[in-house]
Amino acid sequence: MKIVNLPLRKSEIKKLKPGQEVLLNGPVLTARDAAHKRLVETLKLKKKLPVSIKDETIYYTGPTPARAGQVIGSCGPTTSARMDAFTPALLKNGLLGMIGKGERSEEIISAIKRSGAVYFVTIGGAGAYLSEKVISSKVIAYKDLGTEAIRRLILKDFPAIVA
Amino acid sequence: MMRVVQSKLIKETVKKLCLKANIELRGDMLAALKRARAVEKNLKARRILDIIIDNALIARKKKMAICQDTGMVVVYFDIGQDVMIKGNIDKAINEGVREAYKEGYFRKSIVKGPFSRKNTDTNLPSVIYTKIVPGNKISITVIIKGFGCENASRTKMFMPTESPAAVEDFVVDVVKETGSKACPPVYIGVGIGGTLDKAVSLSKEAVLRKIGSHSEIPHVAKMEKSILRKINKLNIGPMGAGGKATALGVSILTYPTHIAGLPVAVNISCHATRNARKTI
Repeated sequence: MKIVNLPLRKSEIKKLKPGQEVLLNGPVLTARDAAHKRLVETLKLKKKLPVSIKDETIYYTGPTPARAGQVIGSCGPTTSARMDAFTPALLKNGLLGMIGKGERSEEIISAIKRSGAVYFVTIGGAGAYLSEKVISSKVIAYKDLGTEAIRRLILKDFPAIVA
Repeated sequence: MMRVVQSKLIKETVKKLCLKANIELRGDMLAALKRARAVEKNLKARRILDIIIDNALIARKKKMAICQDTGMVVVYFDIGQDVMIKGNIDKAINEGVREAYKEGYFRKSIVKGPFSRKNTDTNLPSVIYTKIVPGNKISITVIIKGFGCENASRTKMFMPTESPAAVEDFVVDVVKETGSKACPPVYIGVGIGGTLDKAVSLSKEAVLRKIGSHSEIPHVAKMEKSILRKINKLNIGPMGAGGKATALGVSILTYPTHIAGLPVAVNISCHATRNARKTI
């Protein structure tokens, strides 16, 4: 299976084909509904984001808490379509990759294509399995959002499909 | 003779049921996933089904949540009329949920107000339905409902003269519209009849029935099979990878209704359909 190294590069994204199964390796940020709302509100106010999203990949997930000795709890993808309203603003600021589950609107699909970015789907409901594909996790912004905080994860052989 | 039950027993039972439901995938669901894997020809769909089955085994072994969306807890609390409970019932149930979510390392996903969106950090409150039934026992059923699939659920108030075929098409359309967002392969609960709330309630209870079993009413059983066949021709498949496994089962519960109406509720339940029941 094709290995995709993160952070992504536009030249690498061009080589990916829809439906292709890949294994993702490297750093991603996590963010879901509440963090997206805050990021986009910050951009609207022309303020600086707490973390740069340029060339980043965002994984839409809100993990369960980790037990002692665990890197992360269950951490499967959440429904991507709920982030559609916020995605164009993030793409304009350099976001290159997204990982989630489910279809996205036509408008977002064209916006992703236009900016040379890519959307991956992974396996919803496989939170325990996917937790074994995360080798490091650290909250780096919006700590007050709890499970919805922005984390830095390092993925290792994380299964996904190019959407 | 009244049987006295201490509220502490209720708390402990709810706690155990929440832990079990979140960690151990229902045996019939796991078996249905394995059956779907065995007959699936689409290689990508097969690999995804393998991961889903593997996930259930990892969760059980590591005592981890099957899915990170450990849901909103719905509790069906059927109290025998000859039971007297010492203590506060709602408090006992909620305390059981709170302890399970802390000790199980489950995600706390409940916000205090639909607009304030502030997390309660306890996964409380749960949604509790109490019912008085004959006897001196208490039956407690816990449903863990994630919102990926909850958001995909729909209701429709049909005209009373509408045909069963139109109802079938509606159920199929709900699944088609939601695509892979609701984490297929799904289990579909359908409630038909009653009032708006009764139909929704039936659709929730429907997925408690063993997957693969059918209604005892012949024309309803026929409808279940027909809907399942139509859904599995949609080629959505596990996480949208295509193939035959879009739904693992359809369960319909019906109830008498009004001359002027035909309420239909469709409750989509993901491949991690989680619930547990105990009678005390």
